[in-house]
Amino acid sequence: MSILIKGGRIIDPSQGIDGKGNILIENGHIKSYPKTAKKYEKDLDVTVIDAKGMVVSPGFVDIHVHLREPGFEHKETIRSGCESAAAGGFTSIVCMPNTNPVNDNASVTEYILLKARTEGIVNVFPIGAITKGEMGETLAQIGEMYEAGCVGVSDDGMPVMNAKVMRHAMEYVQAFDIPVISHAEDKNLSGKGVMNEGIVSTELGLAGIPCASEDVMVSRDITVAELTGARLHICHVSTAGSVRLIRAAKKRGVKVTAEVAPHHFILTDEAVSQYDTNAKMNPPLRGKKDREAILVGLKDGTLDAIATDHAPHSEDEKKVEFDIAPFGIIGLETALPLSLKLVQDGVLTINQMISKLTDAPSEILKLGKGTLKIGSAADVAVWDPEKEITVDREKFHSKAKNCPFHGWKLNGSVLYTIVNGEVVYTG
Amino acid sequence: MTFQRKHILGLEELSAEEITLILDTAESMKEVSARDVKKVPALRGVTVCNLFYEPSTRTRSSFEIAEKRLSADVLNFTLSHSSVTKGETLLDTARNLEAMGASVIVIRHPMSGSPWLLAKELNSSIINAGDGSHEHPSQALLDLFTIREMKGEIKGLKVAIVGDILHSRVARSNVWGLIKLGAEVRVVGPPTLIPKYIENANARTFYNLEEAIEGADVIIMLRIQMERQESVYFPSLREYSRFYGLTREKLKGADKDATVMHPGPINRGIELSSDIADDASSVILDQVSNGIAVRMAMFYLVASAGRNQ
Repeated sequence: MSILIKGGRIIDPSQGIDGKGNILIENGHIKSYPKTAKKYEKDLDVTVIDAKGMVVSPGFVDIHVHLREPGFEHKETIRSGCESAAAGGFTSIVCMPNTNPVNDNASVTEYILLKARTEGIVNVFPIGAITKGEMGETLAQIGEMYEAGCVGVSDDGMPVMNAKVMRHAMEYVQAFDIPVISHAEDKNLSGKGVMNEGIVSTELGLAGIPCASEDVMVSRDITVAELTGARLHICHVSTAGSVRLIRAAKKRGVKVTAEVAPHHFILTDEAVSQYDTNAKMNPPLRGKKDREAILVGLKDGTLDAIATDHAPHSEDEKKVEFDIAPFGIIGLETALPLSLKLVQDGVLTINQMISKLTDAPSEILKLGKGTLKIGSAADVAVWDPEKEITVDREKFHSKAKNCPFHGWKLNGSVLYTIVNGEVVYTG
Repeated sequence: MTFQRKHILGLEELSAEEITLILDTAESMKEVSARDVKKVPALRGVTVCNLFYEPSTRTRSSFEIAEKRLSADVLNFTLSHSSVTKGETLLDTARNLEAMGASVIVIRHPMSGSPWLLAKELNSSIINAGDGSHEHPSQALLDLFTIREMKGEIKGLKVAIVGDILHSRVARSNVWGLIKLGAEVRVVGPPTLIPKYIENANARTFYNLEEAIEGADVIIMLRIQMERQESVYFPSLREYSRFYGLTREKLKGADKDATVMHPGPINRGIELSSDIADDASSVILDQVSNGIAVRMAMFYLVASAGRNQ
């Protein structure tokens, strides 16, 4: 079984490729870049995809996804989460451990991977918890989870408040050369906060989460990373302060990387103004200056990767008072058109944008994905960067609909998603 | 002008003209309350539900009297605080009340924005009777009404609001209402209880009570929530009272005809020294009776807006 993708604009930042050409996929791998397509077009064993006018890139890699299984299957399952990923052009996703039970031991990791192999249509890489039950007290079975297939550790959603525990986690992971992924938040400073602390929270009478809540923890984690020499990855950066701290740390040679979510580079806390619970996530949407700093951080490379923090919740859970609605929005199916806005607005070149969705995130967790190199697994996205779409929550492949972009007109549409040489999504 | 709104959710979204119309209408309603037979048929056949998730006997009674003077059928639905997070959702409860025929729902809720959720999802008219730390429009309107009655007009008055601005819905609604009607607003309290972004609403911030009330025409004292002393906002009630409690001595710097107001119930000896509380009591009782007139006006205008549409 072979596939020929012909005549597209092939952009693969991992090899510095940007040009018109053909790609031949054979036995699940990238076989070659044939000069002409003719010879294959007549071959009945070759499926030909006409990519004229399209971009052909490595399939996207999302290193921050909540698949909710096991435990919260009413929000999302491994199956539905993978389908949502494929519809967004993602071929590899990394799932966070805050399931029920928490992924803090190898048997949960193995369960997730088994489900992913049997029901998932994209590559799934689990993240293990840093501490048992994400309680922040004692280390989880990090080594065994690593052996079972975890690519990093994080207590996402529940920051490790105790610096000594974080220190030992950062020391311990170095035996397995995996990074510690930090949801940087000082829970005491956040208090009962439900949105960004600022003019809007003051007007709405909602308890605020100050930017300092993130900055303090980014600062602590960078300091502990310097102490231990660990690789540190900062999740979903939302503040100008974080960008500044990470930039300075990188300059000093600290092994720190960072990701940003599309909602943080597109929206500000103004989106909450009508108590829209679909604009409630953690970290919260911030102010204008934070958004501007994030755009600069994307441009100058301080922010390495784009990751969605896809966080599905059921409609019933979101249709309640703002204070008690859960944090989080989905993101897999809107990531490409939202990221393309960065290109339209001149923040990134299309090559830079693709890099932040492919080889850069893959490199952070050493996934070996996000490339079209000959011989590598054929994970490919074919997409139209121009096509206008209207975001429609009813059409998502995710089980969830919690998206603040419903009704937005955007450009960018995925036509084919190919995983290990098989077409798993056709737009 | 005619009133066009289906809901009254807060003063932030009302224009100066709309606020003035409510106050003018409340004057006619006050006249009704002075009659021997204190009843008009404006809401006859209309079912109004008072949906209260916080115990508030005063506000609820005031709404209930206003509803009954307008001949509405009244349904009181009081839920415990804990039912917010346990049991039936707010929307399900409200939909049930709507199914019973309530076409106006008055809601008091401990979480900011809850009335907006109902306004978005239901067909009924929603009146906000206080949501979290956000707005308490009927309280602010009755404060404005009382101030206007005593001072003639609000424009140009210097008004100080004293206390826990951060958590106070009364403060937010009053800041917006007073500024829209042209008053100069100062907020004062310990820095932990003054949101730093309040200046964005054009209120001036003070941390010193004497400075804030210098030359003030009106001083609105907020009730201090006793449970706040458990937290880290200020060291003790005694210290709070020493710096932010109003005494005869401190009042000397205000305008000689300054009016002291309080939304009640007063913590005597904490926000107000006992003698000031006694002096202020006639105004505070005026506020209570004006509250009925203002709430009647709110119902009347929302109902007539409904009929016009």
